[in-house]
Amino acid sequence: MSGYTSDPRIRPQELLPWIIAIAAFFLLPEYLSLGARVLVYILFALSLDLILGYAGIITLGHSAFFGLGAYTAGILGAKYGVTDPFLQLLAAALAAALLGISTGAVILRTKALTLLMLTLAITSIVLEIANKASSLTGGADGLSGVQVAPILGLFKFDLFGRTAFIYCLVALFLGWLLIRRLLYSPFGAMLTGIRENTARMHAVGAPVYWRLVLVYTLSATMAGVAGALLTQVNQFVGLNVLGLEPSGDLLVMLILGGVGRLYGAFVGPVVYLIAQDYLAKQYPEYWYFGIGVLLVVVVLFARGGILGLVDQWWQALSRRSSSARASAR
Amino acid sequence: MILYVISVGLSVTMGLMGFINLAHGVFAMAGGFILSTAMARFGLPFPLAVLVAFVVVSAGSIVLERLLYSRLYAAGELAQVLFSIGLILISMALARLVYGNLAAPVFLPDYLRGQVHILGRDFPTYRVFLIMFSALLIAALWFGVERTRWGAMVRAAVDNRAMAQSVGINTRQLFMATFALGSGLAGLGGALGADILPVQWSYPFEHLVYFLIVVAVGGLGSLRGPFVAALLIGVADTACKYWIPEFGAFLIYVATMAILLWRPMGLFGVRA
Amino acid sequence: MVASALETQQLCKSFGALTVADHIDFRLAPGARHALIGPNGAGKTTFVNMLTGAIAPSSGRILLGGEDITKVNQAARVRRGLGRTFQITSLFRKLPVLDNVALGIAERDGVAPRMWKPASKHKEIIDEAAHLLATLGLSADARTPVQDLPYGRQRLVEIAIALGLKPGVLLLDEPAAGVPSQDSGHVLDVLAGLPPDIAILIIEHDMDLVFRFASRITVLVQGQVLVEGAPQEIAADRRVRDVYLGEATHA
Repeated sequence: MSGYTSDPRIRPQELLPWIIAIAAFFLLPEYLSLGARVLVYILFALSLDLILGYAGIITLGHSAFFGLGAYTAGILGAKYGVTDPFLQLLAAALAAALLGISTGAVILRTKALTLLMLTLAITSIVLEIANKASSLTGGADGLSGVQVAPILGLFKFDLFGRTAFIYCLVALFLGWLLIRRLLYSPFGAMLTGIRENTARMHAVGAPVYWRLVLVYTLSATMAGVAGALLTQVNQFVGLNVLGLEPSGDLLVMLILGGVGRLYGAFVGPVVYLIAQDYLAKQYPEYWYFGIGVLLVVVVLFARGGILGLVDQWWQALSRRSSSARASAR
Repeated sequence: MILYVISVGLSVTMGLMGFINLAHGVFAMAGGFILSTAMARFGLPFPLAVLVAFVVVSAGSIVLERLLYSRLYAAGELAQVLFSIGLILISMALARLVYGNLAAPVFLPDYLRGQVHILGRDFPTYRVFLIMFSALLIAALWFGVERTRWGAMVRAAVDNRAMAQSVGINTRQLFMATFALGSGLAGLGGALGADILPVQWSYPFEHLVYFLIVVAVGGLGSLRGPFVAALLIGVADTACKYWIPEFGAFLIYVATMAILLWRPMGLFGVRA
Repeated sequence: MVASALETQQLCKSFGALTVADHIDFRLAPGARHALIGPNGAGKTTFVNMLTGAIAPSSGRILLGGEDITKVNQAARVRRGLGRTFQITSLFRKLPVLDNVALGIAERDGVAPRMWKPASKHKEIIDEAAHLLATLGLSADARTPVQDLPYGRQRLVEIAIALGLKPGVLLLDEPAAGVPSQDSGHVLDVLAGLPPDIAILIIEHDMDLVFRFASRITVLVQGQVLVEGAPQEIAADRRVRDVYLGEATHA
């Protein structure tokens, strides 16, 4: 979808997620807390899609940035009395960006299994630090009592999650605009080039390694912001934002939705988190079983995820209707 | 040593076949459960039960390989990673349904319990047995890969699959057999280790990281690699937890990172 | 003396005991039409890979426009004006032809790292790519994904990407390999129409194409330069005939 031959204008169907989100705000007031969480994960999934779907970097450690952002905001709010939400976001973004650029610069020279292991090691290290530094992070009990001041001094985070929902929606919208812009730019086209044929990008003179470090850092920053949003919404941080599990969950969400198509990052978390909310509490065994089966099926039969299937049906439909028209003539 | 037995199986599938199989722990868990069931339900003696674990896991893995894995040999790493995560989730759910939340009980026979005197010190018999057993296994595997026709064929097929096929090696069967062996070894490791690493439903996920570290650090496609790495990781982990418990697993990851950055292909990696 | 566009001095490469490049002294004059030929296994591909920076030489130097580039990496050599095509087509298969060319042009222009303005609004890049495609007779395919093109046309896209980099030196690694014979004439036309200021080194098996295109020929045998000269000298050289006839009778 990105590239020199594609039209960058926003198509009507691209507004659909926003219409649905606003409708949900008015029609489902009792689910707004869940809704805010979904929005946060969409932003997180978008950041992963940027490096996985477009640049082709496979990682099991994206939670390192999410978690770092979450703890940065949490520690500031709970221990240092920095309660302004924007300051918290900014600090989280900076921290995640720093971690992104420093680890990216080191690990992006490797690939395949080695890269996978290194990303996993990094998030595990961050997890261990968060676990051991309990005076700062609360350790295994988590960090509660995170103070978040009203947004712009006007909108308090209320019990029903109304403020949180709108706040996350705005953040996601801005993140989406940014990523969309990026993907349609020459930089986005260049990323697609790296994913499609890295050797070729070298041969047209692209400094591939530095470009990867750059996009990795951008993605890390965005993941950090998503993490901070989660903290602000929950006013709590737990160890479950770090390590292999959240990375794996995120990967699953993105795969289910569809990798490398921008809106897969919207569909996946919605389906996954809502299903989890319903199923996981009552039937945890079936939940894992179902997700496992889904993953296997997606990998074997539907590489494009849910959106890929929608695409195929759409094409099949339009082909049938056009052939019907042709035969009618 | 348990890590070694399990990981060497993984090294066989990952390294020799080039398939990123995160679901390897599943086979280890299956081995442990089969051992437990065979002993508790059917009253099989320990050695026989271990053998059963190995055979059943190998056989089961052949079915999986034919039905699912073989479709993904040519697929990208991402597909392989996701697919194996899917398998892990499925198997964990099944294990929890069948065996519940508890670890599978394992009853060692009397002759493997207690202590033995070696050089004036006491060692648990079972651990000594495990170490000896692993040593034998290493020797056998090394012989198998380096010195037999099968080993030569596998190495040839991995180097250049098309070429191997054109000189008349049936790579399909060969990969199937190799996969079965790798998984069987995992099952064996899971079964033998059940006393030390308790087998329960969360097993494939909990130990995944360790298996992966061992293989990545050791290097793909080598037998010596995972052995040295398992030893290194095992010793380092125990030492760290003993001397500086406040750092916990921290140092293991740092060490892994350092080694991988120093030698991206692992200590004994052969494939560039 | 005129500085050479590309030059190697005592270039050597060995893999273990096997020497595949043995003290190669080679000089590509500015604007040259130079061909490198030799029997299979003569070390042509290794030589090209050393020139582009894909593999490092064991010893010796490589000079591009008089500057030592022996230690410069592949991408940086491209930025200094050393373009190449691949013997086995290496393209962005799923992307349209225009994007394939535009990606290269954007790198050359320094536009590639820009993140804000949409790529399709970078008219200068697109116009240049379209113009280039037109000169190669590829205009009709601009929006077709490369993988849907016949192989002969893919070879042309390969050349188009390299030209988009505006190289001072262009290495063509078997540009006609795999192209059906009725189309290889078109490839030759394209090659003949390349700007005269580009120094071109062509590695090719098709002797017909070599003798029609090149004004100078170097023959490489067993990692060494056997002889270098004008086409008619090479055609008349006994040693060259022996090498090729010898190969022909053995084959």
